[in-house]
Amino acid sequence: MRRLLLRVFYVVALPIVLVAVWWAASDGSTNPFWPPLRTILKTFPDVWTGERLRADVLPSLWRLAAGYALAAVAGIAIGTVVGSYRRVRAVCEPVLEFLRAIPPPVLVPVIMLFAGIGDTMRIVVIASGCVWPVLLNTVEGVRAVDPVMLETARSYGITGMARLRDLVLRSASPQIFAGLRQALSIGIILMVISEMFAAGDGIGFTIVQFQRSFAIPDMWTGILVLGLLGFLLSAAFRLVERRVLAWYHGLRASTRRSP
Amino acid sequence: MRGLSTALGAAGLAVFLALGEAVPRLGVVKKAYFPPTSRIASALWDELRDGAFWSALGDTLTGWAIGLAIAVGAGVVVGVLVSVVPYLREATASTIEFLRPIPSVALIPLAVLLYGTQLKSVLLLVVYASFWQVLIQTLYGVQDVDPVAEETARSYGLGAWARVRHVLWPTALPYVMRGVRLAAAVALILAITAELVIGAPGLGQRIAVAQSSQAVPDVYALIVVAGLLGLIVNVGARTVERRALAWHQSVRGKVAV
Repeated sequence: MRRLLLRVFYVVALPIVLVAVWWAASDGSTNPFWPPLRTILKTFPDVWTGERLRADVLPSLWRLAAGYALAAVAGIAIGTVVGSYRRVRAVCEPVLEFLRAIPPPVLVPVIMLFAGIGDTMRIVVIASGCVWPVLLNTVEGVRAVDPVMLETARSYGITGMARLRDLVLRSASPQIFAGLRQALSIGIILMVISEMFAAGDGIGFTIVQFQRSFAIPDMWTGILVLGLLGFLLSAAFRLVERRVLAWYHGLRASTRRSP
Repeated sequence: MRGLSTALGAAGLAVFLALGEAVPRLGVVKKAYFPPTSRIASALWDELRDGAFWSALGDTLTGWAIGLAIAVGAGVVVGVLVSVVPYLREATASTIEFLRPIPSVALIPLAVLLYGTQLKSVLLLVVYASFWQVLIQTLYGVQDVDPVAEETARSYGLGAWARVRHVLWPTALPYVMRGVRLAAAVALILAITAELVIGAPGLGQRIAVAQSSQAVPDVYALIVVAGLLGLIVNVGARTVERRALAWHQSVRGKVAV
């Protein structure tokens, strides 16, 4: 019981102190860019009503989900092919290295040419940025499959889909998840950027709108919402990862303990 | 074997460039949207002869380098402090876990209001994004310190500073270098993004200008430059990492094999 209390104390103590410091330092602030925290929190429920959540947050999330899913499927599929054949990898590696090195947001102007400024553009932008970490990590993961296991699978006659599902993808999955995690934070960035570029709806668009109309407390609430969103998405990702990779974490814990 | 894979890589690159030339010429996509490789190359050549391009490149690199230096310095110092001072690690864990996933682009409106299109608004984004990479890796690294080595140092009467210098730092260095490598890539992305969206001077702003004046080949040429820059940063960071860790077994092992 005392242990639990101590842990709770550790988790909440510093955040409470920080929020209190922010509250106290900004209280009575007359600087228009740093409104008091009290004002920000007061405007929060007025700005982020159910209507706004439906009209701006949901479209953003749906585009993020669509682009991310697209990138995950394409990245894992292409990565598995490239990783499985040494020749293919040698041919593709320089090109992939170059494409990965392009900072994803600079693709926004180009993709706007092809796809206009609608939802398609934003989804393609998100997908084109997220695909590289997934692809390259899949290549690395597939390449590093234990050769003894590969030969064992061959001598047991395991081929085709079963080999892919139970051996190759499974043993590459820790790497793939590392890629998916990087891709998630890139995806959030691109979601916001693509909305800042072209008018319409979405969280990024709303925040820029507030900033241009000098509705500073409203803009601050937008920043808070984005922060919360980033935090919640990464927490959800960690939950999924822990479930899917439970076998891997267990394996690592046991090998670390044994020697 | 090495020669073969280099040749295959070069062939892959050649095919890539040839496809870029052939696809728009055959009319698969509109030439106005996707200019052929030769057209992009000539636009790139024009850029390279333009003095404004070089000063934009310089601006981008300045923002990147200063931001990265601040982030690395702050990340390492905070990381070591947090793990060395008792109870600080436990007390800060939840705050770090909360602040880290906040996308740095959320700060764009704030940067615009506070600093406009100055270098400072680029720095704000770059430092915020890359600081966490270094901090997290430093924390991992310090956690990895061998307790036996730590206790040995203690029983030999090494002071706090000497222990940080001789036990903690060598253990954490591989992690720190990994953090620096990740941060270097992230910092470049954020520097160019900030220029693109906010309009601070640099390559990103040049892309935005080229786009709004419909100079499509120039947009592509500048994207190629951004990609090459990213490639140089990646390769350079990996080289620095390998040099700084030449003594470490993870790198020595690679050479022996």
